[in-house]
Amino acid sequence: MEQTWRQAKAAFAAISIPPIAWLLLFFIVPMAVIWAYSFGENTGPVTIDFTGTFSNYMRAAEPLYLEIFWKSVLVAGLTTILCLLVGFPVALAIAFASPRMKAWLLLLIMLPFWTNLLIRTYALIAVLREQGYVNFTLEWLWSNASGLMTLVGLQPLGEFEPLTLLYNNTAVVIGLVYVHLPFMVLPLYSALDRMDRSLMEASLDLGAGHMRTIMQVVVPLAAPGIASGILITFIPALGAYLTPDLLGGTDSQMIANVIERQFKRANDWPFGAALSFMLMYLTFIAIAVQALVQRRSERRR
Amino acid sequence: MTTLSQRRARRERPGPLEYTKRWPLRVIVLATLAFLYLPLITLMVFSFNTSRRNVVWQGFTTDWYVKAFNNESLLQAFVNSLTIAFLCTIISVILGALAAVMLWRFRFPGKTAVEGSMALPIVVPEICLGVAMLVFFARVLPWPMGLPWPLNLGAITIAHVSFSFPFVSTVVRARLASFNRELEEAAKDLGASEWRTFWDVLVPHMQPGLIAGALLAFTLSLDDFVITFFTAGPDTITFPVKVYSMLRFSVTPEVNAASTVLILVTVVLTAVGLQMQNRTEADKAKA
Repeated sequence: MEQTWRQAKAAFAAISIPPIAWLLLFFIVPMAVIWAYSFGENTGPVTIDFTGTFSNYMRAAEPLYLEIFWKSVLVAGLTTILCLLVGFPVALAIAFASPRMKAWLLLLIMLPFWTNLLIRTYALIAVLREQGYVNFTLEWLWSNASGLMTLVGLQPLGEFEPLTLLYNNTAVVIGLVYVHLPFMVLPLYSALDRMDRSLMEASLDLGAGHMRTIMQVVVPLAAPGIASGILITFIPALGAYLTPDLLGGTDSQMIANVIERQFKRANDWPFGAALSFMLMYLTFIAIAVQALVQRRSERRR
Repeated sequence: MTTLSQRRARRERPGPLEYTKRWPLRVIVLATLAFLYLPLITLMVFSFNTSRRNVVWQGFTTDWYVKAFNNESLLQAFVNSLTIAFLCTIISVILGALAAVMLWRFRFPGKTAVEGSMALPIVVPEICLGVAMLVFFARVLPWPMGLPWPLNLGAITIAHVSFSFPFVSTVVRARLASFNRELEEAAKDLGASEWRTFWDVLVPHMQPGLIAGALLAFTLSLDDFVITFFTAGPDTITFPVKVYSMLRFSVTPEVNAASTVLILVTVVLTAVGLQMQNRTEADKAKA
């Protein structure tokens, strides 16, 4: 049983004061300051007056910025869907592997997750650029296909045009999937691993195919895991800064890049503060939606 | 009529639930692993390339490692990163363990609010925390300039602890759920003080959680770019920030060499951490 704090006041104070004080001073206070700034105005190069104005939020609701918000949601959503499509079969394979194999596969999925994000993004640049390995492989396939076609008496294919895989929106989505895939696989795996397998066996015995069993038995059973995987992938992808910055082109900016510019080059802190609070509210909405869906699915059962 | 070969084929077909043995899943798993690892392997291989440009393999050399190790500012950034990660780990483990014990042991007014705010740093987007820290250290608590090393790393360390210790707390609390509270009562009945009970009964039980939390805090700190980017000053560059600026100017295999070293450091540390965790769990199982 939990103790009430009155029973051991000294111990309670010794245990609770350090973490609460730290959280208050070095997390709540900085956040509160930013929140206050979002209602302020620039009155000089370094002075900001707290005037209680909503003009920063009005400006954030202009079409230009709404479009960037919408685009960030789309990019993060697409990333999440791709991660789910790739992550689900991988998680399924891990969950049904032999114990030894399972440990290895989990380690292999986890290892890139422990590697530095910047390094992983940089590694991807070398693979995706015009003189990168994806294009080299495609060129090789292209010339072989071309040779084959001359062999059977057809017109050879034209000159190989390297694909532009870098500095556009595709690159941002590829980069985000690359970085966030482990986030999706792990919760999916733990949901699938805990699942009652006799239900799957029953479904297969009663004549349902594998696809049908997966769609109608496994997916509903693993729904909480899928929901948390979606959330855990969507939130960081929505606020991604580094990937669009390094892999994106001029039109692939996401909210985080706009916020960064307000605080560095544009030097408009109140507007940046308003944007970052809007991003935060979006995040909270995503969390609330997930909690709602989860509660509804639990009630149905 | 079933021929022998058909019967054998049926026998060798995977069982109904052996999804790992079905070839479509095998292909997907292999392709995923290739997608995850080929870029990293390419990066490491090209750190040994003689060509300046990372395009064609020309020959083997370790010059880039020598160059990276002689690059004063890169080395300083590397040392800074490891120092910050080390300090951040110690503080985060202490704060995280205390927070976990507080939430696990006590009932107190406002507990839900405290629990909720503890989860906030985990879900708040990095960029928001980054700009908040920038403003905080610029306007509210200006970190004095020109302090001797490692005190000049204070601002970054504080920012890292703020987002790391809630993770540690979550891990440790999960571990505490399996603690038998009667052991604590028994220790107290036998005359152990509050402190002694904590140190000799609770902490040993928390140990695997503490190790896992420490590992998490260390990698979170070492990995962080965005929050550091906003709190770093001109003479407090960390490794990711340094690599970022190198990427902006010129990309040479020197970056590959430095990255390879960092990847190896993380892999070795993770291996050591997992080993320690397995060992303490095995000890517990034996005891």
